[in-house]
Amino acid sequence: MNRRPPLLAAGSLARLVEVVDPGARTTIQDLGRPGFAHLGIPPSGAADQASCTLANRLVGNAEGAPVLETTLRGPVLRFAAPVTVALAGADVEALADGRPMAMRAPFRIRQGGELHVGIATRGLRTYIAIRGGIDAPLVFGSASSDQLTGLGPPQLRAGDTLDLGRHALASPAVDVAPVVALTSETTLHVVPGPREDWFAPDAVTALLSRAFIVGGQVDRIGARLRGPTLMHRTAEELRSEGVVRGAIQVPPSGDPILLLADHPTTGGYPVIAVLVEADQSRAGQLRPGDTVRFRLRAAPAVEPRSEHFS
Amino acid sequence: MTIVPGIRPVGERAVLVELPGNATVRKLVRLVPQALGGVDEVVAGHDTVLISWEPGRTPPHDLVERLAALLAGPPSTTPVARLTVPVTYDGPDLQVVADACGVSPEEVVRRHLASEFEVGFLGFAPGFAYLLGGDQSLRPPRRAEPRDRVPAGALAIAGEYSAVYPTASPGGWNLIGRAHVSPFELERDPPALFRTGMQIHFTEAT
Repeated sequence: MNRRPPLLAAGSLARLVEVVDPGARTTIQDLGRPGFAHLGIPPSGAADQASCTLANRLVGNAEGAPVLETTLRGPVLRFAAPVTVALAGADVEALADGRPMAMRAPFRIRQGGELHVGIATRGLRTYIAIRGGIDAPLVFGSASSDQLTGLGPPQLRAGDTLDLGRHALASPAVDVAPVVALTSETTLHVVPGPREDWFAPDAVTALLSRAFIVGGQVDRIGARLRGPTLMHRTAEELRSEGVVRGAIQVPPSGDPILLLADHPTTGGYPVIAVLVEADQSRAGQLRPGDTVRFRLRAAPAVEPRSEHFS
Repeated sequence: MTIVPGIRPVGERAVLVELPGNATVRKLVRLVPQALGGVDEVVAGHDTVLISWEPGRTPPHDLVERLAALLAGPPSTTPVARLTVPVTYDGPDLQVVADACGVSPEEVVRRHLASEFEVGFLGFAPGFAYLLGGDQSLRPPRRAEPRDRVPAGALAIAGEYSAVYPTASPGGWNLIGRAHVSPFELERDPPALFRTGMQIHFTEAT
C-alpha cells in the first residue's frame, strides 16, 4: 500500500476520498437546481432521484445530500478515514476491500480501505452515498454537475480528492431497503401533450401501443428512442417554448427524445407527451438496448376547464 | 379586448399557456410569480409561457380565469429595465446578412443601431436571450451550416431574433459583431444580464 494517502492530524481538513479510478463517467449529484429555467438553467440533479434519496437515507444523510452518480461502470475510491457507504440504483457488483457488498444496505469501510464499484448489470446509474455527503460548492443552490451547461463540478478524474460534508442526520434508521427490480423492459406512464395535435393522427396511438428501443446515445440530457416513426402533421416549425423533464420531444425525423435532468430549458420540437412524476426516476435508469413502452395516464385530476382547451 | 389563453397540459404539474404574441408573454411572466402560489418555474417562450408547480402540487381549477384576469389587468408596477450594449460591428457574416437583406453592410449596422429590442425569452444556454423587435428589413435566415464554435460575446441575428452568445458554443446564427458585455457570469449578482421583458439598445463601442 505504498499509494496510501497521508493521514492528516486530527482537526485538520482531511481530503477523505481519493478517486483511484473515476469509472466511465461519475459525477456529483444532489436534487438539482429547479427554479432557474427562466434564466436558461436546467434543473439537473440525480437522473434517478428516488435512488439518490434512498442511498442518502440508508447512511442517515439529508435526502438531498450530494452523492456520486455512476454511468454504467463505477469508480474505485480510497478512504482516508472510516466511512459508512450505501449504494442504490442500478445493480452492480461492489467490493469493499475485496468483500462483496449488497445493494441498498449501509456498510462500513475502514480507514485506508477501498471501494470498487463495478459494471451495472441492470439499469445505468448507481448512487454512492457516503455518510456526511460529498462536500462540493453550490451553484444556484446545488452541487450537481450539469452536462449541458457545464455548471457545477466537473466529472471525476483519477487523482481527484473529495471532502465529506455536514449532511449527516441521526444514525441510519433503515438497514435494508427493498425496491422494485430494474429490468430491461419497462413501462412508463405519460400524459399526452402539450403538442399532440402537431402529429399525424396515428402518432399518439403508435406511441402508446408500440415498443421503443433505447438508442446508443443516452446521456444526462436525454435518451434517444427508436421505434415507430412519429411523423409531424405539417412541416411548420414550432417556435421555441419551455420544456420539462420527462418530455418526449420529437424532431422532424420522427425519432423521439426523452428529456432527462440536464435538458435544455426551451425547445423548438413539439412534445407529444410527458412522463408522470412517479416514473421520472425510472426513466433516468434507461440504458442503451432497453425496451420501453408508454402507457396512457389520464390527464391530471385538477385541470383547466375543457372548453378553454385550444 | 379579453384574451382567453389556451392551456395545454404538460405532464402532471405544469401547463403551457398559449398567448397571442410575445408582448403578452412579457406581461404575464412579470405577474405570475406573485399572483399564483406554489409555482416553481415560469418559462417564457416566443408566444407561450410554461408554468410549473412544485412537486406534489397541481394547477388550480380556475387557472384560465385567473390568467385571463391578469392579462386584462394592469401591467406589473416594477419598472422595465433598460440596458445599452456596446458593440463592435465586425462580424464575419455582415456581408452575408447584407446580401440576404438587399442592403450594404453599413446599412445593416445603421439599422441595427437604430432599433429598440425587447428580451422576448431566454433559452438555449444560461443567459442566452432571444431579442425581439429589430428592424423589419433585417430578417436573414439561419446559416445552412452551423458553426462548431461561436465565441462568447458574439452578436448574432437570425430571422426576427438578435442575441449575444453568453459562452462559446455551436451556433447557426449570423455573426455581425462583438458585444462588450458578458451575458452570464456566475460571480456576478445577478449572473444573467438579460431578463425577459428588458429593453435593449445597441451602441457602437468606442
